[in-house]
Amino acid sequence: MGLARLAAGGGAGLLFGVGLAVSGMMDPARVIGFLDIGRLAGEGVWDPTLGFVMAGALLATAPGFAWLRRRGAPRLADAFQWPTRRDVDARLVLGALLFGIGWGLIGFCPGPALAALSTGSAPTAIFAAAMAAGMLLYGATVGRR
Amino acid sequence: MLTPVQDWVMGAAGGLMIGLAAVLLMGSLGRIAGISGLAGGLLDRLLGRGEREAAGWRFAFIAGVVLGPLLFAALRGGAPVPVRLDVTAWPLLAIGGLLVGFGTRLGAGCTSGHGVCGLARFSGRSMVATAVFFLAALATVFATRQLGLFGLGG
Repeated sequence: MGLARLAAGGGAGLLFGVGLAVSGMMDPARVIGFLDIGRLAGEGVWDPTLGFVMAGALLATAPGFAWLRRRGAPRLADAFQWPTRRDVDARLVLGALLFGIGWGLIGFCPGPALAALSTGSAPTAIFAAAMAAGMLLYGATVGRR
Repeated sequence: MLTPVQDWVMGAAGGLMIGLAAVLLMGSLGRIAGISGLAGGLLDRLLGRGEREAAGWRFAFIAGVVLGPLLFAALRGGAPVPVRLDVTAWPLLAIGGLLVGFGTRLGAGCTSGHGVCGLARFSGRSMVATAVFFLAALATVFATRQLGLFGLGG
């Protein structure tokens, strides 16, 4: 069971990482190319790819999750752990706001930042270290219970 | 002007793989493939918290995300996947990283957990979070790349 869980986690992560590389979204210039809607005006070149990545992903997760919901349990665990919270609170909105500012500033969200570490890029390493520090800061302060 | 259609097709194909990976993780281990949640849950172990029994497969998943691009580069003949940043000043990189790390934990998710997984479940929380982080990112990019805040852009 332990090895199978490791293999399932590692296999899903590997497919996720390959997908990030294939999509082009590991490259912050491509992400900024989507978010920079000012390029739609004048002589700029706008890159709609991020929209296609999200659509492609949802094309798998929407029917995939609906199908899994009708099954009793996952293969290697006791139960599906679907998120249950429904309240929209200040933490959700403030957290998304801070995340969006950082995302727009650099062009990295967490998945691509980790995937880009594989290239040995020094600025990526600085970003990822700060991201880990931010996560730890949350765990040590407001995330503490 | 728009970028070539070939890029969009690759985007959709990569997105499909990301989505399939999320379905695989839910179907096998029953968990949401949210990178910030998985990485944060792993880092929480350093603070003496987080689920001990989930640390192993979480680590394997994160390792897979890091190694995936190397596998892709090897399969297509060795050229590394490009990573181009227009921000190179380390204080800005650090501020961006802190905002993304702290923000995704406070907001309980990022582009994968809220975007790819939450929207697929028609979760109201994820719809709100996704709208907020996309709008905040659009506004930030406009302020920096179009208006030149922090000396970025043009």
